[in-house]
Formats: sequence, structure tokens, C-alpha cells
Amino acid sequence: MADRTIEPDSPELRARWGNFAWSAENAVKAKEIVARYPEGRQRSAVMPLLDLAQRQVGAELNTQGWLPIPVMEYVAAQLDMPIIRVVEVATFYTMYNIAPIGRFHVQVCGTTPCMLRGSDEIMAACKARGMKKGHTTADGLWSLTEVECMGNCASAPMVQINDDNYEDLTPERLDAVLDALARGETPKPGTQDPARHTVEPVGAPTNLAAMVGENHDYRGEW
Amino acid sequence: MPKLTVDGVELEVPQGATVLQACELAGKEIPRFCYHERLSIAGNCRMCLVEVKPGPPKPQASCALPAAEGQEIRTDSEMVRKAREGVMEFLLINHPLDCPICDQGGECDLQDQSVAYGRGGSRYHENKRAVTEKYMGPLIKTVMTRCIHCTRCVRFSEEIAGVDEIGALYRGENMQITTYLEHAARHEMSANVIDLCPVGALTSRPYAFEARPWELKKTLGIDVSDACGANIRIDSRGREVLRVLPRVNDDVNEEWISDKARYMVDGLVKRRLDRPYLRRDGKLVPVSWNEAFAAIAALNPGSSIAAAAGDMADCETMFAAKTLLAALGSSLLEGRQTGMDYDTSNLAAVNFNSTFAGIESADAVLIVGSHVRWEAPLVNVRLRKAAKRGAKVFLIGPEWETTFGGEFLGEDLSLLGNLPAHVAEALKGAARPAIIVGGAGLGRGGLEAALALAGTFKLVRDLEDGSRWNGFNVLHMAAARMGGLMLGFAQKGGIADLVAAKPKVLLSLGADEVDYARFAGSMIVYLGHHGDKGAHAADVILPAAAYTEKAGTYVNTEGRVQWSDKAVFAPGDAREDWTILRALADAFGVSVGFDSFEELRGAMISQVPALGGEGLADYGSELPPGGGSAAGTIAYPIKDFYMTNPIARASATMQRCSAELLHGEHFAEAAE
Repeated sequence: MADRTIEPDSPELRARWGNFAWSAENAVKAKEIVARYPEGRQRSAVMPLLDLAQRQVGAELNTQGWLPIPVMEYVAAQLDMPIIRVVEVATFYTMYNIAPIGRFHVQVCGTTPCMLRGSDEIMAACKARGMKKGHTTADGLWSLTEVECMGNCASAPMVQINDDNYEDLTPERLDAVLDALARGETPKPGTQDPARHTVEPVGAPTNLAAMVGENHDYRGEW
Repeated sequence: MPKLTVDGVELEVPQGATVLQACELAGKEIPRFCYHERLSIAGNCRMCLVEVKPGPPKPQASCALPAAEGQEIRTDSEMVRKAREGVMEFLLINHPLDCPICDQGGECDLQDQSVAYGRGGSRYHENKRAVTEKYMGPLIKTVMTRCIHCTRCVRFSEEIAGVDEIGALYRGENMQITTYLEHAARHEMSANVIDLCPVGALTSRPYAFEARPWELKKTLGIDVSDACGANIRIDSRGREVLRVLPRVNDDVNEEWISDKARYMVDGLVKRRLDRPYLRRDGKLVPVSWNEAFAAIAALNPGSSIAAAAGDMADCETMFAAKTLLAALGSSLLEGRQTGMDYDTSNLAAVNFNSTFAGIESADAVLIVGSHVRWEAPLVNVRLRKAAKRGAKVFLIGPEWETTFGGEFLGEDLSLLGNLPAHVAEALKGAARPAIIVGGAGLGRGGLEAALALAGTFKLVRDLEDGSRWNGFNVLHMAAARMGGLMLGFAQKGGIADLVAAKPKVLLSLGADEVDYARFAGSMIVYLGHHGDKGAHAADVILPAAAYTEKAGTYVNTEGRVQWSDKAVFAPGDAREDWTILRALADAFGVSVGFDSFEELRGAMISQVPALGGEGLADYGSELPPGGGSAAGTIAYPIKDFYMTNPIARASATMQRCSAELLHGEHFAEAAE
């Protein structure tokens, strides 16, 4: 997080992105997004539009997409708002990428439950494949970030790659996911434990076991 | 009117007050960093915590908490003391504590409040955060590691200045205040963020490492860079003025001043006229005072003498010149240097009648020929407030970047006689309609046509609340203008009357905008302080005092009489203007009837009693009917905001601002 800095404005950046404009499909979407908000409150659309712009940039680059300065200016101009306010939003929320990024953004959760369930090994596995925190690999495939809790504690440890979560990981399962992604496949998101469908208990319930079949009053046992 | 108790004292506070304001009314000091009376409430510094019952059993931020009936507020309890100590300790965790090398030292809110409310020691042993410097232009120096993220600067530029350019990037510990892409702050009030900054993050670049606040002599003065008459404090050390700061005056400048008022003072030590000069064989040569006076007296002009007042002349100087000319039998006085000849028989017709505070409440404003941002930045702030309250603003003149929206109707004065229907409708339907005529709108019949509109739309009226509203305003650009008009520095035909009279001697009271080629046959005696256009054309130069070097009376464009004090002495042989005119009277062998400044001021007040007290002069509220038609394309007289007077033109800071901000020159940052 601390390494997050905005990509500096440069003539090359201007040359590449200076004439950014919505694709035909996104222009329709952008119009629809702006129309969701009342007249005079169009600025509220800044977050969905930035997301849309990031995805369009990603599609053009075949990566996860990011927000170059001229693209933020384009969004600001469309919403008639000061550019600094757009930059504030884009730099505040970490899901906006403000520097170029790889095709797969591997976000490893390192918060307590994941850490207890082995996120250190997951991180080590990522590093073993050549990834480095805050960097993109030379082939442009992988960008690695350590993030805080993603809310999948019941199936820790987890990583989020692009828009999908991969849970119940071990280094081997992670390798399988990453290999599949590298081959261009789409691995099944969610838990990677073959014994689980979602976050139901593995094997027999260990807690509140007496509640499985019928209602049970535990109060006498406290 | 909620009734509540503060530290056991019961009091009643106005509806809508906050707990912080209630505590202030009770005479309690509440420490704060982010809260500022003139900005919106942010509530992010947490320094103003107090204990409030009823409410959650924890301290609450008083700045954002509305005062309510029956509240029991404590500012002196153990909980409050510990809360303040805690907040202060957190603020100081990432603050560098480099007070010995910080320019804010001695006038720093953080320094003062940590002494008063802090723990006196730190328990923090980890590394502190460091933030890269941000470039904010030639006026604002940044040391962003010191920033405590109060966001006053962000709120100022958004709410008051109306130019959204400062923002807070990133989040949490990584939050950084910056301008967009580190461009220079581009508006006329930008340096006010230096005063607002409660720590040393934003400090004054030209004043960097010049002095400590306790070394400075503080003199109360009046700004002369425009006709607003902003109240300033002149900070000087020895014979040098080091900086100018605003004083609070809600009627005039609230607590802002323009960048020009603040930073043109370094021009006071450059290009100064510090000894008399006399033109011999076409060249100006230094002479003694006696030689200079002898040369003027030898001409023996009798009544063939005229006086032109410059834009920064004080009333005493103008009155002394008037008395001298009267003693010689002349009344050829003029202050409108560029040749304006609007009618001045009724001063209410050339005055900013609604007052600055009043224009805020206007609900429809028509601006005729005024680039308000450059001609009167402080009025621009008021107009922005009016527009935020819903006022409709229309402008006649070439387009400029307003900070309050507004609709540009066109560039021709003839629009005055032919207003578009929706504009007429808006002015007619308004409860408090106003017209502002700027310098470019006064000539070519513009004033008369605007006065006719004032009659049509009944700009002078009694409001429902019983008060009187006069929405007819003239916005001047010269600090000397209203005082000069009150003293009769206006001929019917303007300066052309002086040219036509072919005076033997033309007394120029710091008049730098006059076309002296038209006075080729006259001896031009220049009383002024800077070697600018007027001095180049002069035959005799009598070195005089600048506005910081003499006491004086100034009348701003509202007709507000204000007194300024003397901060420093004029350099070299230069003397205060009135003493020069008094000595000139001796040289001519006439009597002017005053021998001291008090006698001069007394004589002036007995002739123009309105100058005898600070406050608005009464010009009456009856406007002349006006009429006639106006035509002609408007061109604003100010081409460069930072270069409008000889002091600013001599100032290195203003020159750099002009080059960088207006002409796009690029300056490399010096390596530090």
C-alpha cells in the first residue's frame, strides 16, 4: 500500500492516452451510469466511470487496467468536475490501479485468519514464481499485492486474482490456479478444496454438532 | 435559542451554533486545527474534543456537534484533558518537530497548542513518516512532512477562492496534500492558505528564513494595490518591510488579502528614488533638495500649475497639493490618469453603494466592464458567496474565467440599452438587484447608461426588513480614487482639461499612468517613490514616501475612510509627501496654513468633514437619473494582475508571478 504512487505525467503518457475515449459499447454504459444519478449530481458517477475506464484501458492493454492521468482527465471532463477531485477518489480506493499493472493482479490476504491458516506459505509460493510485492513480473503476467481482510476468513487462506477469489489454498492448489490462468483457462473461483462446495464444514461439524439434526438447548451446558 | 451550561455556567446560544461556538461564547478556549470560522466544518483533527452530556460516555468533537437545549458541556474535566493530550500525541507522531528550522516557529498553532494541551513528552520510538515536497508555485513554500491534514487549504481553494486545485491524495497514513500534478496555484488569493495553515507545511516562499515573528514591528496599515482598501498588518524590522499580513475586518477583507497586496512589498527596496533629480541637458542628474526647489521656483509658474494624483496617493498628500495649488491660484486637479471624464458631481453615482458585505446578499448582479478577479479579488470572493446563495450573475465584457459562474452577454457597452429579456427579467424580479460598473464600463456613456438602468430596475429601494438597499456600484481600481474625488481631484473634461490649460508646472503625485507626451510644454515635477514611468518623464524628481512609510487616510471604493500608520522611514533623502509640498510652498513664497501633519489633517477634515472619522462616508443614496446611450467594445484596463503599480513592477516576486503564472514561463526548482 505504501508503495502506491500515481504514475507521473509525461509526454509519452499524453501521447499514448491523450485521445482516450469510450468505446462504442462503454459509451452506452457510461451514459446509463450517469443517468442513474439526479440532475446536477452527476459527480456521483465518478466511481463507476473510473472503474469502467480502468476496464477499458485493461481491455486495450490486455492487462488488469489502470488509470493514466489523461484518462482521469477524460472522466473529469465528462462529469464537469475538477480533476483534482477525481484524482483524490482514484488514489483513495485501492481497487483503482494508478500505475500500470500485469494481466493478473494477485492479491494475497495477510490478515490474521489467513495468516493463521498459512498465508505466509501462499506468499512464499507467489514469490517462488518470481513475483515481488508491488511489482509486475517481466513477462507482464503477474502483479503481486498484499492486501488486508477480503472477508473470506471461513475459507482462509485466500487470494483475489482480478475479479475472482480463490480460497482454501495451499501452495500446490495456488500453483494449479496460477498455471491454469497462465494457460489462458479460467479456473473455478471460490474454494479450491475438493471436499468443499462453499464454506460448509469439512467433514463432520465440529461446532454445535448437536444442532445438526434437531434443535438443542446448550444453555444447561454453559 | 438553546440554553446550556459550559463548565457549570449557564448561557443561551444562538440557534444553529455548535458546541465549540457555545464554549467560545462562554469564554473558554477550545484548541483546534481543522476548524475555521470562514470554512466548512471538517471535523478531522479531533483537537476540539469536549465532554457533553447527554450523549455517549466519551469525548466528542465540539466543532461538528450542534449545541442543543440542556446540554452540560465540560471543557475542564479529566476526560477532556486526557483526550486532548492523546490527540496531540497522535498528531505529533508524524510531525517532524523541526521547529528550530521552521518558518512557522513562534506563530505556530501546533507549537502553541502542544505547549498548552500536550503531554510534554513523546512515547513514540518508531520511524516517522516523510513526505516529498510539493511545488505550489512561486509564493507558497511547502514542507509537507509537517502537514497534519487539517484540509484547511483544500477547503479554502474550493470554497473561498473557487479554484479547485488543492486536494488530498492517497489515504490514511499516506495521505498527501498537493496541487494537481504539482502545478502552481493559479488564483489571486492563493497565498491565504499560508495564513490558514496551522503548522509550517505551507509557508511563505519569498519570506522564507527572513525573520522570526517576535523580531518584527507590527504596524496597522491599509493596502493600496487596489481600491478595496484591505486592512493589513505591516511587519517590519529596522528600515525594511519584511511582509504584509491581513487583519480581520469583516466589512472589507474578512481575513484575506490578494497575493499582490501581500507580496509586492519586496518592491519597496528596489528602484527607489532616494534623492532629488533634475533634468539638465536632457539627462536626470542628482541634485540637492535646495537646487531642485530653486529650479522649480525659478520658473515662477504663478497660477499656471496643475496637479495629477497617482493611484496610490493618500488623502493628506492630495489635500496638501490642493492647498498649495489654491494658494497659487490654481484648481487644476485630476486623479483619473488615463483620461476618464465621467461625471463626479454626485459621488453616490461613482461609489460601491451596496458595500462589500452587502453585495453578498444580492440576488441578481449585472457586472459591466469589470474583470473582478484582477481588479478587486476581494470583491470576487464576495460575488462567489452571492452566487453560492443563488444570485444570478450576468457580465458585459470580454470573457474571463469567473469563479462564480455567471453568463457573459457580450462585449459591447450598447448592451446596456438593450438588455436581453431574461436579464431584464432577472433584475426586475430580484429583491436585491445590483449593478457593478467597472473601470472599463465607466467611459463612453457607460456610467450614465448604467445609472438609467438603476432607475429602471429601482436599485435604490427600501427592503422588507426596513433597511435601505442601494444596488448601484462602481468598482474602482485605484486606492486614491474615492479620496481624490472627495477632495475634488476631478475636472469636468478629465485630464484633457489639464492638457488644454497648458500649465507651466505639472505636479505629479506618483502618477505613473499619465501620458506625459501631452504635457511636453510643462515642467513635470514628479513626487514619488519609484523610478517608473512617471520618473522617466519627469524634469524634476522629488523623492517621496511609499504607503508603508507615511501615515495617511485612504478611502476605498465603498467610500470607507480608513487610516494607515507609518511602519518604516523612507530611504535616503526621501521625505513624506506632505513635507515636500510644504517646503515647495516656501519655495514659491506662498502660505498653505499647516506646519505639522496634525495641522494638515485638521485642515483637511475641516474642509471635507467625511474624512474625519473611520467608516463609510455618507454620499446620500439619491442617484442621478443618467440616460443617454453607451456604445463601444469593452477592453479591460488591467493586462497583467501582478504588474499594476510601480511597487509591484519593481517587485521580484511579482515579476516572477507574472512570468510564471500569466505568461507560462518555466522556472527550474533550485536544488535544495
